[in-house]
Amino acid sequence: MSSPTRDTMLLKTPFHSRVEAACALNDWGNWMGYTTPNAYFDVELEYFAIRSTTGVFDLSPMNKYQISGPDAETYLNRLVTRDITKIGINRVGYAIWCNDAGQVLDDGTIFRFSDNEFRLCSYQRADDWLAWNSLGFDVTVENVSTDIAGLAVQGPTSCTILTLLGCENLNQLKPFGMAHYEFEGRPLMVSRTGFTGDLGYEVWVPPESAEALWDQLFELGRDYLIKPFGSHALELARIEAGFLQANTDFMPAEEVVRVGRTRNPFELGLGWLVDFNKPLFNGRAALATVQEKGSKYRFVLLDVDGNKPAEHSFIMKNGKVVGTVTSAAWCPTAKANLAYAQLEMPHGVVGDKLIAEIYYQRELHWTQLYAPCKVIEAPIFKPARRWQTPAPPH
Amino acid sequence: MTDYDAIVIGAGHNGLICASYLARAKHTVLVIDARLVPGGCASTREFAENYRVSDCAQWLSQLDKTVVSDLQLSGAGLVLSDPKSTISLQSDASHVTFDGDTVIGATIDNEDVTDYRSFRSQMRRFAKVLATLYNGRPPKLVERNWTDRITLLKLGLGLKMLGKSHMQDLMRLALINIYDVMNEYFKHPALKSAIALDAITGSTMGPRSPNTVFSYLHKATGEFLSESGTRQVIGGMGALGSALASSAEAAGVEIKLGCKVKAIKKTGHAVSGVELIDGTLLSSKIVVSSADPTTTFKSMLGYAQMEAGMAKRAELYRNRCGTAKLHIALKALPTFTGLNHAQLSQRLIIAPPMDDMETALNPMKYSEISDQHLFDISIPSIDDPSLSPEGHHVLSALVHYVPFSPNVGWDEARQSLTDQLINEISAYAPDLKSLVVASELVTPADFERTHHVTGGNWHHGELSIDQALMMRPFPGSTQYKTAVEGLYLCGAGAHPGGGLLGLPGRNAAKEIIKGGALA
Repeated sequence: MSSPTRDTMLLKTPFHSRVEAACALNDWGNWMGYTTPNAYFDVELEYFAIRSTTGVFDLSPMNKYQISGPDAETYLNRLVTRDITKIGINRVGYAIWCNDAGQVLDDGTIFRFSDNEFRLCSYQRADDWLAWNSLGFDVTVENVSTDIAGLAVQGPTSCTILTLLGCENLNQLKPFGMAHYEFEGRPLMVSRTGFTGDLGYEVWVPPESAEALWDQLFELGRDYLIKPFGSHALELARIEAGFLQANTDFMPAEEVVRVGRTRNPFELGLGWLVDFNKPLFNGRAALATVQEKGSKYRFVLLDVDGNKPAEHSFIMKNGKVVGTVTSAAWCPTAKANLAYAQLEMPHGVVGDKLIAEIYYQRELHWTQLYAPCKVIEAPIFKPARRWQTPAPPH
Repeated sequence: MTDYDAIVIGAGHNGLICASYLARAKHTVLVIDARLVPGGCASTREFAENYRVSDCAQWLSQLDKTVVSDLQLSGAGLVLSDPKSTISLQSDASHVTFDGDTVIGATIDNEDVTDYRSFRSQMRRFAKVLATLYNGRPPKLVERNWTDRITLLKLGLGLKMLGKSHMQDLMRLALINIYDVMNEYFKHPALKSAIALDAITGSTMGPRSPNTVFSYLHKATGEFLSESGTRQVIGGMGALGSALASSAEAAGVEIKLGCKVKAIKKTGHAVSGVELIDGTLLSSKIVVSSADPTTTFKSMLGYAQMEAGMAKRAELYRNRCGTAKLHIALKALPTFTGLNHAQLSQRLIIAPPMDDMETALNPMKYSEISDQHLFDISIPSIDDPSLSPEGHHVLSALVHYVPFSPNVGWDEARQSLTDQLINEISAYAPDLKSLVVASELVTPADFERTHHVTGGNWHHGELSIDQALMMRPFPGSTQYKTAVEGLYLCGAGAHPGGGLLGLPGRNAAKEIIKGGALA
């Protein structure tokens, strides 16, 4: 594993020189120990690049684990709740994994390279859990996070730009598919995946290729209005697209110290990822009991009246608090004031009418607002181009 | 339709006891054991031609009396000696004798005699509270369940009944080490070290290790569970194994010996039987393992067959052991300086002052051989002439602290350590060496190989508070039911295991019957 350059407390990604040059606002945040931009020049404009042209996000800090060996498939199948055998070669699957108590540890994507070779991409560091999971399996788990640099290239013109870069027939790639290319003599892998809910790709290269990749992408994409975007714009896009964020919408079970703060997949609306046809996976026994007895919480998407984001709001029903908001934003394309909330059962069936208690400040003046809101089906933003193959041309 | 209602892995005392209770409840039960004789660690073996000895456990002090009566073991041939006193051998022959609540010795003053009596009565009080937990399944602390609540209530009541000062004393002492408690109670070094020896037997702990008060109390529960006192089984411990096997067979249990289980098999998410080493598959509604938890989970079921958190706990389960056994065939009864013939049949211990005990532990930590050892000696052929040719004798000794695998390797260390140990005992019995016909050293590694106990730990896992009671063997697999459906534990690795109690076997059977898995 090559080690990233480090001259401050935070690590720098292989794209850092380019990211730094592009970061006009000099607004940095700490993402998993890496210095990453919250915003480059304007959050709304960055967001609109994702939705209207192409936005580029440096996702190198994501944790990547190479999982290989004769037992790689059975290993992963015990690790995650969904059936891995259904992920074909050169396909990617979204998955969650739980502890024995059936509480969600994290979510991520699994890339299948061959029968016995996978890559797990996770938000949290998972070295310890993955190592314990390997007991009794003929499998090698290697943290390759710093061996691979990644860019999310997302938006309606993304396919066109990447095709110009040399990714031939990329428009034929189906959602959650992977394709392999060469870039300046080194391997380049593209997956049709992303965290924005739009047509988009993730591009993976060795760190040595990172700066050249960035330079060429922005050069070739200039006419297609390519822009970099930071974590704030991503937050808007992912809320609109219906994606959950670990540590924001749920607490990874390993990090929780207080009783009752963890959540099972059903409580996060992720029950569809739990496959009881598998005889064994971490959390199965506990989740079977949950399925029988029911959960305590429900995770819902709320359409909130008005334009004040219901950040950290209490959600009330008949004057009584029945839940709290985990993420909220005014979403420009959906033109809706959205909030994710965890509600106590039985509240939260689609159509339920509730009240969000919102506090906001204007020029040091705080205002309290009781905004009516309604439980709606997620996600609200689902453009046809996200699922179309061939990807629509521009 | 399955071949059996229950398959019990291991014909050790707990396996046979569990099987007997299940069979008495009209279930079809098969017991399988890799060894050729029943009894597991309760076994007698010929270690030299015509010399036999209890080759693992040598004293019976904790076997539950309800088990003895329920399974009619006396009728099945179990004969015990009278209770033994313990004699701590001193190099100047001023030996110290412990008999019940009395301690006698030329150098023991009256204050220590009185303190010994009050120490015993205090430990009895505490052990009695602990024993309230031993007669049933250990309570879980968080689940709302009336059986567990009642057990906790009984425990609470037991603690309350101690009265304020005794309760405070228990809280103060329970988690500390025997070294400090001994220094608090007594002056005489032999008194301190004799008691400390009981606290470290079968472990890798020294007198200063935490948990040693707990392990002492665990042993002391024997006074409430068993016919009181330390006794010898006539015919060797194997006679207990045979008695348990006959009782089980009389109850309808089928016992297959010399048959090694290769794997515990699952169908879907639940255990459905076992596969033998010859490939035979046997099916059952449940599998009950009396093998130690590491053998059960790691070797037989396999970590890949359980959820990862459970595999992690199983892997972290500690079963180190620093106890070996020395067997000596003698052409005549040896002379121990200052002991008469009657005293030779008692339990003889060699326990140097506690600081030396602690020092003796140090080399073992680094897989080296110590210069000095601790001994718990029995000459069983005095009460039981069947063990040796006429006029000859056998000496059997538990020896602490012996590493599992010394750095130099057992091939090199075995004979020199055997000679060294005989020399160490000879300091108290000058003619011993001249009487030796044959000798044998059984190391922890040998125990692992011959008795199939991981780490050679005959408690089936270190007896420490984090691996005891409601946490034995580890959370998620307590109360005899493991986290894998259809797989149960009934060995010493389950509550209140460690030692020859028979309660894990009995309690497991009761829980299985009550739980309705066989209905």
